[in-house]
Amino acid sequence: MVREWVRSNKLTLTFVLLGAVIFLFIIVPLFRMIFASDPVILKETLFDPEVTRAILLTLYTALIATGVGFVLGVPLAYLLARHEFRGKRIVEGLIDVPIVVPHTAAGIALLFVFGRNFLMGRAFGAVGIQFVDSTAGIVVAMLFVSIPFLIDSAKEGFKKVDVRLEKVARTLGASPWQTFFKVSFPLAWRSILSGNIMMWARGISEFGAVIILAYHPMIAPTLIYERFETYGLAYSRPVAVLLILISLIIFVVFRTLVKGGRKGD
Amino acid sequence: MIRVRDLWVDLGDFVLRGANLDISAGEYFVILGPTGAGKTVLLESMAGLYPLKRGRIWLGGQEVTGLQPEKRGISIVYQDQMLFPHFKVRDNITFGLKIRKSSPSEVEQTLVWLSELLGIHQLLDRKPDTLSGGEKQKVALARALSVRPRLLLLDEPLSALDPGSREVLQRELRRIHEQYRVTTVHVTHDFEEAIALADRVAVIGDGAIQQIGTPEQIFRKPSSEFVARFAMVRNIFRGEVRGGEGKDALFEFDGTHLVVVTEHRGRCHASLRPEDIIVSHAPFPSSARNSFSGTITGVSDKGSTLLLTVSAPPDFVCLVTRNSFDAMELSVGKQIHITFKASAVNIF
Repeated sequence: MVREWVRSNKLTLTFVLLGAVIFLFIIVPLFRMIFASDPVILKETLFDPEVTRAILLTLYTALIATGVGFVLGVPLAYLLARHEFRGKRIVEGLIDVPIVVPHTAAGIALLFVFGRNFLMGRAFGAVGIQFVDSTAGIVVAMLFVSIPFLIDSAKEGFKKVDVRLEKVARTLGASPWQTFFKVSFPLAWRSILSGNIMMWARGISEFGAVIILAYHPMIAPTLIYERFETYGLAYSRPVAVLLILISLIIFVVFRTLVKGGRKGD
Repeated sequence: MIRVRDLWVDLGDFVLRGANLDISAGEYFVILGPTGAGKTVLLESMAGLYPLKRGRIWLGGQEVTGLQPEKRGISIVYQDQMLFPHFKVRDNITFGLKIRKSSPSEVEQTLVWLSELLGIHQLLDRKPDTLSGGEKQKVALARALSVRPRLLLLDEPLSALDPGSREVLQRELRRIHEQYRVTTVHVTHDFEEAIALADRVAVIGDGAIQQIGTPEQIFRKPSSEFVARFAMVRNIFRGEVRGGEGKDALFEFDGTHLVVVTEHRGRCHASLRPEDIIVSHAPFPSSARNSFSGTITGVSDKGSTLLLTVSAPPDFVCLVTRNSFDAMELSVGKQIHITFKASAVNIF
């Protein structure tokens, strides 16, 4: 009986085993770190002003980056979803480049544009905005490495909206703007929102590009790194645990929101 | 009312070159053509949703060729409805009015009018994905009518429905049109649908409009082999009309001839509808001037009717009801007589 069942479900069983290995690989380090932490130290860390400041700064800068990405990225995503043009594949490929380049390299590339003596750096410097070792620098670094997630997700969302829905709206008297805001955008909203969440999460976890552009003020990943380098594992771990917990909570809350909304449809 | 001149649509599997159409105000006009993406594009071109390669369009004396779709006053209903999935039925129907900033009382009045007209009261607070195909199509129709369009475009509106709802909706379309006389252009590949609904039909095929006429004309007097096939004429012969004075003539083909009524002389086609042929055991005494005897070589069962292939020779396809088929005890190999009027033969 059991042998029969095993024989007829070989593929599923093999895949469950292989899947379990990689799943444990993901969760064991996270859970071990969380549960091996001393709650007292964890509490102390939570009230360490340096840690609090770093975590808040991380959430805040990632949020600003996501906001900028939303305003500039969604229109591009819509264009890519709706129009065919020469070189479109190249544009799409280039948009994904930040995902594949080493982030330290991305940071250096950004320095060449946003550094004090370069293009944008100078232009913004004239109005008092500095990118090197500043909040603006952190935002720029986060924006660069995380924008592909939003553009790709929003683009897929817009593609799923049948273009004929927009056409019907036009025949009923809606201008292109009204059609976008009343039909296309609301219908692609879930994909855009989950793209935003991905982008924010990616921003929070960014380290490589940020330290090149702005080591200070310190965001949480930089602080973890610094504590690890200066004081060792015991001091860096609580900060890491806190950041992971906060990210997890935010992530779970948002995912539930997105899912819950879908059920209501 | 609507004038289309030199319209070109080129889509690979569907080509229309230099089409001209004149549709009168209040007319129910059906464009009949083979299945393919092109008929949709033809409608979308009229609505300004698809860029024209060439051609000009006038609507009620005003040229609309370069006009934005929202300024044309042309509504469209697609085969798969395209209801806005994020709106309730109510908000789908009032979308156009709210965009136009109509007063709340006008919105409400229109909603009442349309839900009564189409019998969709009970659906107003539902989301589109909970509706059946027929219900969705009614809502799509209500939404299209809500803005009181100058022209209503229907893109295969019945094709995606099950046979029951198709019949219901077909009657609704006819009734609504008789009541409100909204100028309508309906595209379909279904001949019977075209015959049932149209004031006039344009048959398109091979990149051109093949024939424009009343359903009766398309049905009885197809002007080309393409249209005859589309109209399911089934008996199409190639031959030559000879002799005779006035309208009486002989159509000669395959070593035999038919008595026909035509002024045409020379090489041409003859078409004969299967239901115009009378089938009998003995020669049928009537004024009909064409009579043949032959053998049944094939029977094709259509349910309530059957198509017989009778080899005289040549082969004629005749339609009999199931009752006659049973009563006459017809079967393959039997010898029978067929009779039809000279006026039943269409020469083109």
